[in-house]
Amino acid sequence: MPLVNGGKIVNDGFVKLAVDTPLPEGGDILVPAERFLSEADALLERSGKVGVIWPNNRDIAELVPYLGKLASVALVFPSFRDGRAYSQARLLRERYGYRGDLRATGQVLRDQFVFMLRAGFDSFEVKKPADAEAFMQTAKRYSVFYQPTGDGRITALHRRMQLRHSEGVGT
Amino acid sequence: MYAYDEIDRTLVNERVLEFRDQVKRRLSGELTEDEFKMLRLQNGVYLQLHAYMFRVAIPYGTLASNQLRALAHVARKYDRGYGHFTTRQNIQFNWIKLAELPDALADLAEVGIHAMQTSGNNMRNVTSDQWAGVAPGEIEDPRIWSELIRQHTTLHPEFSFLPRKFKIAITASDHDRAAIKVHDIGLRLIKNEKGETGFEVLVGGGLGRTPFIGKTIKHFVHGRDLLSYIEAILRVYNQYGRRDNIYKARIKILVHELGIEKFSREVEEEWQQIRNSSLQIDDEVIEDIRSRFIYPAYEKLPHMPDELRQAAADPDFEAWRKNSVAPHKIPGYSIVTISLKPIGAPPGDATAEQMDALADLADKYSFGEIRVGHEQNLALPHVAKRDLPALWKALDRLGLATPNVNLITDIIACPGLDYCSLANARSIPIAQELTRRFANHELANLIGRLHINISGCINACGHHHVGHIGILGVEKNGEEVYQITIGGRADEGAALGNLIGPGVKFDEVADVVEDIVEAYLALRERPEELFVDTVKRLGVEPFKERVYATR
Ligand code: HEM
Ligand code: SF4
Repeated sequence: MPLVNGGKIVNDGFVKLAVDTPLPEGGDILVPAERFLSEADALLERSGKVGVIWPNNRDIAELVPYLGKLASVALVFPSFRDGRAYSQARLLRERYGYRGDLRATGQVLRDQFVFMLRAGFDSFEVKKPADAEAFMQTAKRYSVFYQPTGDGRITALHRRMQLRHSEGVGT
Repeated sequence: MYAYDEIDRTLVNERVLEFRDQVKRRLSGELTEDEFKMLRLQNGVYLQLHAYMFRVAIPYGTLASNQLRALAHVARKYDRGYGHFTTRQNIQFNWIKLAELPDALADLAEVGIHAMQTSGNNMRNVTSDQWAGVAPGEIEDPRIWSELIRQHTTLHPEFSFLPRKFKIAITASDHDRAAIKVHDIGLRLIKNEKGETGFEVLVGGGLGRTPFIGKTIKHFVHGRDLLSYIEAILRVYNQYGRRDNIYKARIKILVHELGIEKFSREVEEEWQQIRNSSLQIDDEVIEDIRSRFIYPAYEKLPHMPDELRQAAADPDFEAWRKNSVAPHKIPGYSIVTISLKPIGAPPGDATAEQMDALADLADKYSFGEIRVGHEQNLALPHVAKRDLPALWKALDRLGLATPNVNLITDIIACPGLDYCSLANARSIPIAQELTRRFANHELANLIGRLHINISGCINACGHHHVGHIGILGVEKNGEEVYQITIGGRADEGAALGNLIGPGVKFDEVADVVEDIVEAYLALRERPEELFVDTVKRLGVEPFKERVYATR
C-alpha cells in the first residue's frame, strides 16, 4: 500500500506491530492503541520513533498525555463510509493541538483526499496505487471551502470579506 | 432570491468536474459499483427500478425563473420531458443515463443549481417554509439562516460520512410549513427578550421505520452560535450514532436510546469547547448573506383592486382563489399556490412545458421567483392582487389551476412501485384513484382541509405518519396491503397518526377513505372542525367502527 506524504509517494519508515509482535531493537514503530497504553513508558524510552494506531471508536482524549511524544497517529477508516476518524482528526489538530504526523489508514481512496486534508491528515496509506499517483491532482480539486476547519484554508465567507474590504480601499 | 457570486459558482463547477471524473472512472471499470455508490449518492444519483434517478436540490425551496427553465431543459434533453417535485424540496428525474449525468449537472451549474448531498449519509438539502420572506407575521426571513447552514454543511469534511442521512428544516412563523418536528434538527426562529435573533432547537424527529416527533434540546440558541451548536450536535452524532444497524443509525435512535437529557449534556459539553471558535458568526457575515437576498421592488397597491372585485363574480375563479391565494406581508400582494395535483395525475409531476410556462408566468407576475413546498406544490410568492384573474386564466390553460390546495385531493405521495426499487406497494395509483373519488369540488370543499399522505413502504417518503389520513403500503404474502392511520399532522402541532385496524387490499383503499370521511362529516361538531381535530377529540374508535363494521 503506497504511502503519500507531503503530496509525494514516500517510503514508509514505520513498522506496524501487532499486539503480540516482539519489540524490535531499533527502528520506527506503529503500535496498536491498547498495547501503546499499557507499555507507553517502555515504548517511548527506546530509540526510534513511536506512533500509535488509534481505532475510530475509542475516545481520542485518552491520547492527550502522550501527544507531545508521539511521532505519528494513525487513524482508521474501516470503510470509506465510516467517517468517525474525521472527527478524531479535527479534535487532535484543533482541540488538542497535535502537530505530529497524522496518518489515514484503511479504505483510503482518492475521493476522500480533500476531506482528509481539511480534517488535518498529512499522510495517507492509499489503497490503490493509481489513487496515490493522482494525489496532487485530486487534492487540488477544490479552491473554495465554505466552513472553517483546522487546516487553515480560508473560507468562502472570509474570502468574501477580504474581497469586499480590498474593493473598498483606494477606490 | 439569493444571488450566487463567483465563489459559489466556482465551487459548484469544481464539483461538476469531480463528478465527471468519477463517472468516467466508473464507466471504465476503475471504480467498482460499491465504491461508486457512495460517490453517486453524494451527487443525488440513485439506481432505481428502471434507470438512474437524479435528485436535484432546491435549497429552502426557492427558485428563480431561469433556474426553473434549466430544470425544464434537463427534463426535456436528458429525461422523458417531466420532473417530480418531492417532499424534500428537491426535484427528481427518473430516466437519466449515467453517461449524460455530468452534462446535466454542468447545465444546471450554469444557473447555480446543484445536486450536492441530495442523497447519501450526509447533510441533506436544507428545507424551509415555502412562504419564507413573504408570510405575514414571520419573525424574519428564515432563508438567510438556511443559506448560512447550506454553505456551512456543503462538502463539510467531518460530516460527509455520517452514520446516516441528516436533515435540517427551519421555520420562522407560528404556523409551521416546514414540518420541523419531523426532521433530524428542526429550527424555529425566535427573538429573545432583548430582541436578538435566535433559535429553538429540536432534535431527533423523523419518520421511516421508527417515527419520532423531535424534542426541544435548547430553548434559545443565539444566532451567532447557530453553526457551533449544530456542529456540536453533529459531532456527538458522528461519534456515537449507531453504525452497526442501518435501521438504528438515525439520530432519532441515538436521542431515544440516550434520552434527551443525556444527549443534550453531551452536546452542551462539546458546544462549550467550540462555541467561541471561528464557528462563531459575526454580524458582518450575516449581513453579507442578507445583502445577497434580493427582494422585489414592491409597488404601493390597493388592497382590493377592481380586477379582483370583478373576477369575484366568477365562481370558478372564486373557488380557486379561496384555496390557492394566501395573504402576503405587503398589502396589495398575495402568495399563490400552484397545485401539482390535477385529478387523476401523479402528485408532484410537472412537464417541461409546464415548467417553462411557469417560469414565464413568474417573470410576468411574481418578480421571477418560484417556490417549492413540501406538499409537492409550487408557489408564486409575490403576485399583485390585480393580476390574480389573469394569472388564474393562464394557469388554467396549463392545467395548473386545480382548485384543491389543502383539500382532500391535494395528496402527498411517494413514487412507490412505479419507480422505486425499495417499494412494497403502489402509491401513485392509489393517489390517482382517490383524486377521482373526491373530484367533486363541492364535496371536497365541504370536507375542508384534509391531508392524505401515501408511502409505498416503511421508509415514509410520502410522510404517511403525519398525514391526517396516512396510507402505508406493505407486502403480505405477495400481496399489496395498505395500513391506514388517522390523526397525524406535520405542522406546529405535529403528531403521529394512529392505526385504525388491519390493513386493507389495494381495491379497498378508496372505499375505506370514503368511509372515514363520511364518519367525519357525521361526527364533526361544526363545519369548521377540521378532520384532524375531530379525530383528536374522539380518538380512533368511531372511525374504526365505521370502517370495519361492514368488512
Ligand atoms: C425513488 C427513490 C427514493 C428512494 C430510493 C428513497 C429512499 C428512502 C429511504 C431508504 C428512506 C428512509 C431512510 C431512513 O429513515 O433512514 C427515505 C426517507 C424519506 N424519503 Fe425517500 N426515497 C425515494 C424517493 C423519495 C421521494 C420521491 C420523496 C418525496 C416525495 C422522498 C422523501 C423522503 C422523506 C421525506 C423521507 C423521510 C423519512 C424521515 O423523516 O426519516 N423520497 N427515502
Ligand atoms: S416510501 Fe418507500 S416506496 Fe416510497 S419512495 Fe420511499 S423508499 Fe420508495
